Amino acid sequence: MITTTGQASTIEPMSLAEIAREHGDENVASRESVFQVRDLAVSYSGNTAIREVGLDVLKNAITAFIGPSGCGKSTLIRCFNRMNDLVPGAKVDGEVLYHGKDLYAADVDPVEVRRRIGMVFQKPNPFPKSIYDNVAFGPRVLAMKDDLSERVEGALQQAALWDEVKDRLKESALGLSGGQQQRLCIARCLAVEPDVILMDEPASALDPISTTRIEDLMHELKRQYTIVIVTHNMQQAARVADMTAFFSVDVAPDGGRRTGILVEYDKTAKIFTTPADKRTEDYVTGRFG
Amino acid sequence: MSSSEITTGLELRLRAQRRRVGEDVVKGALAVCALISVATTVGIVVALFVPAFEFFQEISIVDFLTGRDWSPLFQPAHFGVLPLVAGTLLVTAIASAVAMPFGLGAAIYLSEYASPRTRGILKPAFEVLAGIPTIVFGYFALTFVTPLLRDLGIEVDIFNTLSAGLVMGVMLMPTVASLSEDAMGAVPRDLRDGAHALGSTKVQVATRIVVPAAVSGIIASFVLAISRAVGETMIVLIAMGQQPNLALDPREAAETMTAFIAATGAGDVPTGSIEYKTIFAVGALLFVMTLVMNLFAIRLVRKYREVYE
Amino acid sequence: MSRGLKGGVFKGLLFLSLLVGFLMLAALLVDVFQDGLPYLDLTLLTNPPSSDPKIAGARPAILATIYIGVLLLLFVVPIGVGTAVYLEEYADKRRWYNKLLEINIQNLAAVPSIVYGILGLAFLVRGIGLGRVLLAGAMILTLLVLPTVIIAAREAIRSVPDSIRQGGYALGATQWQVVSRQVLPAAIPGIATGSILALSRAIGETAPLIMIGAVTYISFDPTILGPFTALPIQIYSFLRLPQEEFKLLAAASIIVLLAILLTLNAFAIFIRNRYRRTW
Repeated sequence: MITTTGQASTIEPMSLAEIAREHGDENVASRESVFQVRDLAVSYSGNTAIREVGLDVLKNAITAFIGPSGCGKSTLIRCFNRMNDLVPGAKVDGEVLYHGKDLYAADVDPVEVRRRIGMVFQKPNPFPKSIYDNVAFGPRVLAMKDDLSERVEGALQQAALWDEVKDRLKESALGLSGGQQQRLCIARCLAVEPDVILMDEPASALDPISTTRIEDLMHELKRQYTIVIVTHNMQQAARVADMTAFFSVDVAPDGGRRTGILVEYDKTAKIFTTPADKRTEDYVTGRFG
Repeated sequence: MSSSEITTGLELRLRAQRRRVGEDVVKGALAVCALISVATTVGIVVALFVPAFEFFQEISIVDFLTGRDWSPLFQPAHFGVLPLVAGTLLVTAIASAVAMPFGLGAAIYLSEYASPRTRGILKPAFEVLAGIPTIVFGYFALTFVTPLLRDLGIEVDIFNTLSAGLVMGVMLMPTVASLSEDAMGAVPRDLRDGAHALGSTKVQVATRIVVPAAVSGIIASFVLAISRAVGETMIVLIAMGQQPNLALDPREAAETMTAFIAATGAGDVPTGSIEYKTIFAVGALLFVMTLVMNLFAIRLVRKYREVYE
Repeated sequence: MSRGLKGGVFKGLLFLSLLVGFLMLAALLVDVFQDGLPYLDLTLLTNPPSSDPKIAGARPAILATIYIGVLLLLFVVPIGVGTAVYLEEYADKRRWYNKLLEINIQNLAAVPSIVYGILGLAFLVRGIGLGRVLLAGAMILTLLVLPTVIIAAREAIRSVPDSIRQGGYALGATQWQVVSRQVLPAAIPGIATGSILALSRAIGETAPLIMIGAVTYISFDPTILGPFTALPIQIYSFLRLPQEEFKLLAAASIIVLLAILLTLNAFAIFIRNRYRRTW
């Protein structure tokens, strides 16, 4: 680690701590919570993937889930929009409150949940249709009656893609580059006016330049939306996240069962400068993971 | 509704806005479609076994299965099914003697020797044989193969088992070849590479490594071919004749189970008569034979697919 | 040295196996065309059958085959695709009854075609009294090729990547919306190819139609609820008539049948190649 005199060195890369200090938002902890997770555990066909999770996701903040592979970050994020429902044998115990309402109550309709809580996936998954039809799909299935074309344009503008595609809306989405496809997926998600956007490793399949654009987009979007991202890239978490949750893998004493657990959750700056738990410190300093 | 409205003022509604009846209706309609295939099986079983059961109230099942005289339309009538079974088995044996070696040989060539490009051309061309309707094969057997056999000095009757069997064998070659080649293709490259690295020739690799590894798939292809031979109707109806014949002489005419069913079903036997019920008795026997073979073949295919996938 | 020779002989024998198949195919086609081509004329296509081979034709049979083909597609595509969608998208694969459903379909695909004829005879012709009509023939052929269509449709649906479905669900679409707006449209080429191949198989079938009571001599154009014949049946009946000329008419009719099948298969292959999608 190199200490600099107020200016980032142009030769040595910035440390995570420095990145976090530069980008962190000091006011974030005073915001209201959008999700309240209490004692959450998820199991697939009897095998617990993650357990004892408790945290609050704050409004208009970017919350990052980091940790080694197998710690259940993707499993957890999918609890927020009930995508785990689609996996046969998946079971969710504990409580997830969304604006105070139990997300897993018996009378809750997953479709209503997902119209409010959108998701962008690791590998861009545009539909094999035109760019226009991709963005229009959400509003169409949700019977959003107002002007479709305006909605599509608005979403593409918000996703910083409009200028690049405005002349070829009728062309197939599969002809776009990887970075463009991911921004298209973000536009698709924005078109239904969600409250929260979940992103499961949104840039891990993209080149560095596209990654930067997506990260800039996230900063823009958080003004209007609440964002939760899963990332295995610590620098990314330091750059974009206001709050960071570090997860780890708990191995059963006999070396068998591996379960994900939440180790520490705090402002990003704190996680990367003075983490409270030694396991967090080991991970962010690269001693393991 | 914009996101700000969701969280302030208006109550947050996570319940469905409309009762999603449509979804349940769709699922119901789709399940009904799936039930049609169940109904087909039930229909086949009922259609065959109810009249067959009635048949066996009048004719002893032992006499049926062991009797050597099949003359249901004569007076006095005899209902020993062995001649029909003999006809079926003889033509099946001849067909197998053609389809199995040649089909397997073609499969080994396509799988182990042909380049991917050649395979891409030859395999579909070979499959054309599989798409030709059986009545065309029947025509071929009657008008080409029988005269040819006579020209070659083999004294065959106009209707004979040999022609039918040979042509049926040609028809079944793609069945054997396709499934065997599938099974051989599923054998991992590593096995072949390992053997080559030890100095084996292509012949040895093919015969000692690949074929044994694919043997359950190959046997499945044989069993499936036999099952299809047993169930085949038009070739035997056209080229083999309608005379029940217990003498296993391929140069003579004979009748198979399927030919009998077709000829009788097309005729004007009165519904409910004992002659009418023979259709179902023989049909039930045919169904049971092919069912056993099909289930066996399906299990074999499942076995080899599981091992490598 | 002898190893190389042995290898060469072995390879030669294998190639011979392939060759036998091709030789037989060639002999068959030559035989059919040699006999039939001179008799392939407008008379065959437009005249009804007759006891005089000079003016006999196969027109009712050709029409009936076309009608049966159209009815078959109308029946088998919705039922086959519906079953495939149920099995792939809705059914819980761990349940025993769904596993049984799958085995049932695999087994039905291998039941001899004449057994389907018996089914038709017992239930449709005599059971519910539909009689020996074209509709019964179309229905039974539908059941015969239904497993084939189901299997092809399942393949096509399975090849649609799961990421598309996930994307659809994540936007708040219901299951039927995802299936009808994303999965099925992407699966259409595979479903179309499979259906056309099934149709081509059904058109060549004779045994079930014999059992249903397709007549061998019919001089008027067929109707859906009337007596009928079909091209394969017509060929069979020509073959059974004593005069030599009828055998040649049979060959000519075979050429017509093969031409229809060739067109259908070429169309199916065209669709498959044109709409092949690389995900």
